[in-house]
Amino acid sequence: MSNSHEVGDFQTAQTLECFGFLPKFTQEEVYSQIEYLIAQGWTPAIEHEHPSRSTHHYWTMWKLPFFGESNPNAVVEELNACQRAYPDHHVRLIGYDNYAQTQGVCFVVHEGRS
Amino acid sequence: MASKAYDAGVKEYRDMYWTPDYVPLDTDLLACFKVTGQPEVPREEVAAAVAAESSTGTWSTVWSELLTDLEYYKGRAYRIEDVPGDPESFYAFVAYPIDLFEEGSVVNVLTSLVGNVFGFKALKHLRLEDIRFPIAYIKTCGGPPAGIQVERDRLNKYGRPMLGATIKPKLGLSAKNYGRAVYECLRGGLDMTKDDENVNSQPFMRWRDRFEFVGEAIQKAEQETGEKKGHYLNVTAATPEEMYKRAEFAKEVGSPILMHDFLTGGFTANTGLANWCRDNGMLLHIHRAMHAVIDRHPKHGIHFRVLAKCLRLSGGDHLHTGTVVGKLEGDRNSTLGFVDQLRESFVPEDRSRGVFFDQDWGSLPGVFAVASGGIHVWHMPALVTIFGDDSMLQFGGGTQGHPWGNAAGAAANRVALEASVKARNEGREIEKESRDILAEAARTSPELAIAMETWKEIKFEFDTVDKLDVA
Repeated sequence: MSNSHEVGDFQTAQTLECFGFLPKFTQEEVYSQIEYLIAQGWTPAIEHEHPSRSTHHYWTMWKLPFFGESNPNAVVEELNACQRAYPDHHVRLIGYDNYAQTQGVCFVVHEGRS
Repeated sequence: MASKAYDAGVKEYRDMYWTPDYVPLDTDLLACFKVTGQPEVPREEVAAAVAAESSTGTWSTVWSELLTDLEYYKGRAYRIEDVPGDPESFYAFVAYPIDLFEEGSVVNVLTSLVGNVFGFKALKHLRLEDIRFPIAYIKTCGGPPAGIQVERDRLNKYGRPMLGATIKPKLGLSAKNYGRAVYECLRGGLDMTKDDENVNSQPFMRWRDRFEFVGEAIQKAEQETGEKKGHYLNVTAATPEEMYKRAEFAKEVGSPILMHDFLTGGFTANTGLANWCRDNGMLLHIHRAMHAVIDRHPKHGIHFRVLAKCLRLSGGDHLHTGTVVGKLEGDRNSTLGFVDQLRESFVPEDRSRGVFFDQDWGSLPGVFAVASGGIHVWHMPALVTIFGDDSMLQFGGGTQGHPWGNAAGAAANRVALEASVKARNEGREIEKESRDILAEAARTSPELAIAMETWKEIKFEFDTVDKLDVA
């Protein structure tokens, strides 16, 4: 008995780690994640990189991490400014956790064209 | 001080080893035993006997005791408590001076604390419930080769639990077919896959062949997904020499991680391998075969929280902890109690979680808690709530049993995981709203929709055998 008509094909995708398997976030969804990371006491930061170098540990920082920033709208503005300056690049949002010295949040907000 | 005279014969243990006025030192190693004595023996005598037999004492006084200062070296039973809801047993607290133990050797600690004393005739049952390791002793142990923070940095995994799967069928696949199963899981969205614990080097698949094919699977999946991938190559072997040989080759084929079974392999092998991993930049996943033999009986043996603490000292970057919700035994509060011991730098006493002592871990790196065994997509919101981000969630059948195969099964789990994390970050109560959260995510993921349909009826609702002691 063949079951080939019932089985779907799964295409491998470039997924860029956290939230890479969900549909692209809306403005509101990005805003919620910024609110979350600020509420945790983490520091928002933005990084960008050309897709050809996306597997590197270090991406280029956009300015400096926004130490002490508590306004999610200011972070949204910076994300947009970064994307305008580097339209071909991936842009990711980070929440630096200085207690555990790790990143409590890290996901790609805008995908660049490869 | 006048010297003591030698008085041969058999004394009561409590004369020397029951010291209710003793205030434990910060450098003492403290232990809590659940003791079930023979009915006619007084509690103080039994507790003192446990302290004596697990430290300096023997059944008869010997003359050579007087050549040393046993008051300095002896263990002391310093407190007795009722066990809630159990009139037959009691807790005995024992303090051991730090000089009774070789530095950096959980082997030596366990040989004393759970050695001959467990066969002692005056006891019906004996269970080691908890150990407070003094920070001075912890500083002599190597601990996890990398730890949670370093592993996240090496693998570029942030803001979520990691996802894994044990490759099935656990025995019988050829090396090439096994590597295929690994590749499919990794390309579909898992971070890592795992050798089953009893996969070592059997006739159907010798270790070297497995490592080579798995190495190719990892490289190919990394290139195609742009994400870091790994497979726990099990290097547990019959001899340490063979174990190190396999570890070297695991590094050569490019896996970032290898695997060891710390109880069947033993703490000596485990500590040696952890040191090797630290020197070689490899992560170490720890499986716990045989643990239920030791820890499941509520009155006899060693509680898993003690084994987990010993593993953190011996060294490992991941440790299996049970799932609470899956097919294997595990009480929720008790599990959370020892998950804290793996990950936190300080854990306060909390009897509601079975934690008998404050435990200061200092700067010892943390260990990822691994939830594995009979879990599937429907459990995902509960697992994210119970275990938090610093965990490895492993779905074996729950990945590879997907009607479309491993890659689709992996994607279904990854979508469910990310949807749960996203909803949690948005402030939703994801355990309560699990059905809605998964249904929303399934609208854009046919893989998840099919997984939810496949496993909708599977539950493992049996009561736990080893419960926390409550009245």
